[in-house]
Amino acid sequence: MNLTLKIWRQKGPQDKGRMVEYKVTDISEHMSFLEMMDVLNESLVAKDEEPIAFDHDCREGICGMCSLQINGEAHGPDRGITTCQLHMRMFKDGDTIFIEPFRANAFPVIKDLVVDRMAFERIQQAGGYISVNTSGNTQDANSIPISKQNADLSMDAASCIGCGACVASCKNSSAMLFVAAKVSQYALLPQGKIEAKDRVKNMVMQMDLEGFGNCTNTGACEIECPKGISIENIARLNREYLAASV
Amino acid sequence: MTTLNSRIPEGPIKDKWTLYKDKINLVNPANKRNIDIIVIGTGLAGGSAAATLAELGYSVKAFAYQDSPRRAHSIAAQGGINASKNYMGDGDSNYRLFYDTVKGGDYRSREANVYRLAEVSGNIIDQCVAQGVPFARDYGGLLDNRSFGGVLVSRTFYAKGQTGQQLLLGAYSAMNRQIARGKIEMFNRHEMLDVVKIDGKARGIIARNLITGEIERHSAHAVVIATGGYGNVYFLSTNAMGSNATAAWKIHKKGAFFANPCFTQIHPTCIPRSGDYQSKLTLMSESLRNDGRIWVPAKLEDAKAIQQKKLKPIQIAEENRDYFLERRYPAFGNLVPRDVASRAAKERCDAGFGVNATGEAVYLDFAAAIKRYGTEQAKIKGIHDASTEKITELGAAVIEEKYGNLFQMYEKIIDENPYKTPMMIYPATHYTMGGVWVDYNLMTTVPGLYCIGEANFSDHGANRLGASALMQGLADGYFVLPYTIGDYLADDIRTGKIKTDSPEFDEAEKSVKDQLNFFINNKGTHTVDYYHKRLGQVMWDKVGMARNEKGLKEAITEIQEIREDFWKNVKVPGSLNEFNQELEKAGRVADFLELGELFAKDALEREESCGGHFREEHVTEDGEAKRDDVNFAYVAAWEYTGKPSEAILHKEQLEFKDIELKTRSYK
Repeated sequence: MNLTLKIWRQKGPQDKGRMVEYKVTDISEHMSFLEMMDVLNESLVAKDEEPIAFDHDCREGICGMCSLQINGEAHGPDRGITTCQLHMRMFKDGDTIFIEPFRANAFPVIKDLVVDRMAFERIQQAGGYISVNTSGNTQDANSIPISKQNADLSMDAASCIGCGACVASCKNSSAMLFVAAKVSQYALLPQGKIEAKDRVKNMVMQMDLEGFGNCTNTGACEIECPKGISIENIARLNREYLAASV
Repeated sequence: MTTLNSRIPEGPIKDKWTLYKDKINLVNPANKRNIDIIVIGTGLAGGSAAATLAELGYSVKAFAYQDSPRRAHSIAAQGGINASKNYMGDGDSNYRLFYDTVKGGDYRSREANVYRLAEVSGNIIDQCVAQGVPFARDYGGLLDNRSFGGVLVSRTFYAKGQTGQQLLLGAYSAMNRQIARGKIEMFNRHEMLDVVKIDGKARGIIARNLITGEIERHSAHAVVIATGGYGNVYFLSTNAMGSNATAAWKIHKKGAFFANPCFTQIHPTCIPRSGDYQSKLTLMSESLRNDGRIWVPAKLEDAKAIQQKKLKPIQIAEENRDYFLERRYPAFGNLVPRDVASRAAKERCDAGFGVNATGEAVYLDFAAAIKRYGTEQAKIKGIHDASTEKITELGAAVIEEKYGNLFQMYEKIIDENPYKTPMMIYPATHYTMGGVWVDYNLMTTVPGLYCIGEANFSDHGANRLGASALMQGLADGYFVLPYTIGDYLADDIRTGKIKTDSPEFDEAEKSVKDQLNFFINNKGTHTVDYYHKRLGQVMWDKVGMARNEKGLKEAITEIQEIREDFWKNVKVPGSLNEFNQELEKAGRVADFLELGELFAKDALEREESCGGHFREEHVTEDGEAKRDDVNFAYVAAWEYTGKPSEAILHKEQLEFKDIELKTRSYK
């Protein structure tokens, strides 16, 4: 298929940035979206033009490195996947596709489609862990029974890949789903209970410091989340925060 | 000349590690904070090492080329992690895990290292649970286990199909705790481009800030390389796009021996390739072989019809299917080790029985499992005379619970529903057992330079068993290196801060800058990917699943030609002092072009078939790999002398005192 691409180009953080139009031809429907981008970049380098910078790594939907706002949607039109798992069969011949970086004040653009997500790192450093040394001198793993239901819910929350789609999808650029996933994973486990109060307070404080917006329960994050993290986690985050604050 | 000393402690194998730990030198806590350690790579090995070393009190600098340590490719490991907990009561023990790993590795690993790995495996599970890793549990709240290839017990712990992710997040959370305390200084989006040696010891690195392009000097008392494997030498592999061998190769060029490069794992269950534009291959977890049956049509005419899309797999009657693994290996069936399964699939496809348009695919079929689980569920639910549809529905639900995310991943890529029609799979490069040579302390042949995780040649011999990579990465990082490195650093407590304004740093920085400048100024005719794909094709065709003398010799010549062409005609756009992904790739491909040649040379020299290394000249009458223990029971450790073709071979003879060397049979 032949496509028209309108892609955000921005030399660096100081550059204003603009949409630039490109044409690609003979794109196979079996290609992944990023393979289509590879084809475009190879042709740009061949023409002595600068290729488009975009983040990607594992290309199997788990590392959370890839991003892209495609036709206004984080990770594009398909559901339950990251951009690297999006396939061209979701588009048709003659389509015009708009490709932009994830937009949020807390995610400044580094170059073209690459954004800086260090804010997520700092939130996790504020408390996204259990304070246990890695000495191996802990108790036997089976001495802490955990109900299957809570173990499964914790696992569902823990499957967050930290890509930032929730922030990019939210009209307030809120990071609540991300923080909620992290807080929930530990809040659901007995090992995480001891530090639960400090954890939720510190992580929420850091989230606010980073300049993310507030949650107004629109639920866009849940729809666009490639790992299907439920907004029930946000409810849990609010309960944890309230309990820690009173 | 450097001599190889594996430094295996004395004593019976069960006591070696304990006795060793009792006698090593320790660094007192007040001195630790004055000692700097650099860790390159933040996957399971690097992340766990960085966190543990920082907890102990050392000042750690950690480097990752991604924007977060959590994105390292350990995250993609799906199936699970082995540990000899024997929670299932099915006869597991440290010895059995040790035995399975040595046998699975086709008797080309070091006994003492593997025993230590088995010994600390249980600690890993305890540690991860304490950290909040949400492993799968049964209804009683206890940990669940499943089976993996090449073993007869259930010892694999898992977190859905995302075990690597959860373990990495565990190590990452431990890192975050130390980053917050200021004990780890984290350098995201940084790439190490060379190691700096002073007086023969590793004392620092040269790194590039991938955002600004700035070249930086970092000094330390010891340097730890934990940068994963070199599978991307094939261009197409299950590795991440950025996975590279540059750190490992640069230290090789500075004196670290490189061991057994030809031991590479081709994983049997990957999604087949679909076209020339393909950028990577996707793994379908080995855990699927617990329930999936692998087959091709028994009749050639059926295979041809399927290739031409005139026939569907479900139209082929049971008696006309060839479940070739069950046929050839009745004892282990679909759960034979990876190398055996891959070769068997290749053998059928080479004979013309492949099941997609390219002829390079076999089926992985869940119909029998769906029926079995469905019948069981109907009984549990008390449904008598359940219809076929009901049984299928119930069975599919069980399969979804176990492998849901993998099935979804398959459907997104191939656009077929694997609950209804069998998956198509084909082998792909996955893991590299070879790597930087290390002694029992995980130190390379350069003092103060350590190598852990997949990057070292370590514990897996010629073939790695499933769910063992995660185990090794975390064992090295959490429980082995933190002890062994202290023994070395105990001599460094009076050294003081290492200065970065020395001639050694000047020289290393200059060579790094010269190479980067060359790329930018060369303005050639072909892109970096053009060369990478050419190299990958040669590697796959001639140094892939089956190798022979003629092909290997051709491969060496062809790789040399590609390399020569690369250095004349490569084209890298943009400039040095900016975010430049093509420039990053250029340096990595330059190193693969040298490593690929050493790889072929090693494969040529190893005149036997063992594990992932299969020489067509060395097979038994029934087509199985024929190992040669008399002449090749050694680790081939290569010393760099200027060119891969002139590398000098050093042999570490392997001694088997606790396991009898015998033919590996899964029949």
